[in-house]
Amino acid sequence: MDVWSSLMDGFATALTPMNLLFAVIGVLLGTAVGVLPGLGPAMTVALLLPVTAALEPTSAFIMFAGIYYGGMFGGSTTSILLNTPGESSSVVTAIEGNKMAKAGRAAQALATAAIGSFIAGTIGTALLAVFAPIVVQFAVSLGAPSYFAIMVLALLAVTAVLGSSRLRGFASLALGLAIGLVGIDSVTGQRRLTFGQPLLVDGLDIVVVAVAIFAVGEALWVAAHLRRTPLHVIPVGRPWMGKKDWGRSWKPWLRGTAFGFPFGALPAGGAEIPTFLSYVTEKRLTKHPEEFGKGAIEGVAGPEAANNAAAAGTMTPLLALGLPTNATAAVMLAAFTSYGIQPGPQLFSSEGPLVWALIASLFIGNFLLLLINLPLAPVWAKLLQLPRPYLYAGILFFATLGAYSVNLQAFDLVILLVLGALGFMMRRFGLPVLPLILGVILGPRIEGQLRKTLQLSAGDPAGLFSEPIAIVVYIIVALILVWPFIFKLIRRNRPVAATAVPGNSGATVPREAGGVSHGSHRADGTADGDGGSDG
Amino acid sequence: MSSLASGLKGRAELGVALLLGVVGVLVFLDANGLVTPYSQSDPVGPKTVPFIVSGLLIVCAVLLAINVLRGGKGEAEGGEDVDLAHPADWKTVLPLAGAFILNILLIDWAGWVISGTVLFWGSVLALGSRRYIRDGLISVALSLLTFYGFYLGLGIALPAGLLEGIL
Repeated sequence: MDVWSSLMDGFATALTPMNLLFAVIGVLLGTAVGVLPGLGPAMTVALLLPVTAALEPTSAFIMFAGIYYGGMFGGSTTSILLNTPGESSSVVTAIEGNKMAKAGRAAQALATAAIGSFIAGTIGTALLAVFAPIVVQFAVSLGAPSYFAIMVLALLAVTAVLGSSRLRGFASLALGLAIGLVGIDSVTGQRRLTFGQPLLVDGLDIVVVAVAIFAVGEALWVAAHLRRTPLHVIPVGRPWMGKKDWGRSWKPWLRGTAFGFPFGALPAGGAEIPTFLSYVTEKRLTKHPEEFGKGAIEGVAGPEAANNAAAAGTMTPLLALGLPTNATAAVMLAAFTSYGIQPGPQLFSSEGPLVWALIASLFIGNFLLLLINLPLAPVWAKLLQLPRPYLYAGILFFATLGAYSVNLQAFDLVILLVLGALGFMMRRFGLPVLPLILGVILGPRIEGQLRKTLQLSAGDPAGLFSEPIAIVVYIIVALILVWPFIFKLIRRNRPVAATAVPGNSGATVPREAGGVSHGSHRADGTADGDGGSDG
Repeated sequence: MSSLASGLKGRAELGVALLLGVVGVLVFLDANGLVTPYSQSDPVGPKTVPFIVSGLLIVCAVLLAINVLRGGKGEAEGGEDVDLAHPADWKTVLPLAGAFILNILLIDWAGWVISGTVLFWGSVLALGSRRYIRDGLISVALSLLTFYGFYLGLGIALPAGLLEGIL
């Protein structure tokens, strides 16, 4: 497969006026939802799924890609101009970005974020175009046992690596898997968890589940804790950078990209770890250490680049393996299925033009984002002034509309409310929502691969280990699961290190009593207060 | 008993463990009720995965209960508009849920334009806006706009309900 000519064909498709229009709509919508609190790209794509059912899949995916990248751009604006980042991936940007804005350098912070995002996104997309076909070549040789193992790895890694409490992550994952079970079993036609309710036979629509958890849950949760005094938005003019800012930004951009892409491409990489790594690196390498903590431009340039490169990285497993590693990718996977497109390594051969148009549109979207973000930043900042009653009432309104328009039945709205209440509860008690969504979407696919695997081996469980890749993946899974316990052992054997961190040393000892595999927080978890009480 | 009572106080999170446990038992009972002959082409069958999921749910329920009783706490989620300093404001949430339920009850009978107006207006009021007239006008405009937008733009006919024939 010739990458270059396929990509040029992709550009030809993506640059038709109609598709270009959808790219523009996508990046505008994406930036808006990225800037607005309470909305995110995953939820927006989910809401648009029923609406786009009438479109060409290619146009729809071009729009989704714009929303995905736009959300990243918009998120940085919020975290710089308000001190409270909406997404976990922009937490790090807020540290220096908001300090810069307070010191009157908001324009430069926004500029380095936007240009850095553009550069990282472009390099990341180029890496995607190069690596995805290579991954595909490797992946087409894999059979059901390896796929089963890789999917298990993705689920467990997202659950165990991200978030502060592994236990709560697994609880969320289990709920998601249970939701994914509802409906007719595809192999035997048995009804599972339908409780005699004919409307549940087709399963819970992923649009309804995603909108309920992301939109309704979020709106109810914010309503319960709505900030009484509005946040102060720092006024900003047109973003620009001086020569000195360029000089200090370009290396962090490139280093951030180098951190971001590989982490995004890994299952469970996410954007949190690379943004944090990038921040720490820039802090160590800077020639202006005195500025860190007071608004250093490197601390915005690096993490923002890492964030966007990770977004591009995430597309690699999604397109090459059909494996989503974050919420937006998960919803896009659901979108593929709803268009009757089978995601997986065969995607590049069966839907080549669509995939390459999608990749081309990522380049275009990045460029458009730079165009609309640099001159229009003050306009986007105005969005933050939207009165909150309208914002959250609007989220509920469009959530209802989107969920209802899938099947035009009021029953879906009941499900929407019930799962919205679940989403509320999860936010209240610190259950992460990503494992749940991945469980709902990947659960049925994992079950399919499991059954295929054991069908091939005629029911012999040894069939699960019949491919070398599967064995390697299981070893990684085992490492992820036992890692916190190894970590604890190392800590205990080195009492000096343990006493150096008194807050944690107390927590490590009583934990041993609950010695079941996933029963523990990460050893470095901060939120667990059960230290000495029963130790 | 008093130590038990004080142990339960402020441990609303035990409800999460209870929910996980109940769902786990439900999944187990449901899978157990499936009748399937063994089939050579599907040795795993439709029961295996539900059993695994129910096991995971129940294990999580038990471990979470232990964790909470020992003083473990889930971190409530923050956000731009979230102020965790004050307790949950049910006077906002319940009317909001009320507007949502009213919409469910009304949508098929009264139609989207009416139920959507009720939903948006009710939500805005619940969230603390006090410009009744302006909010009402925005609600009607939004509902009408989406009704026609879906009909003309996407070919999705939302229910017209009571206004059938007028719209």
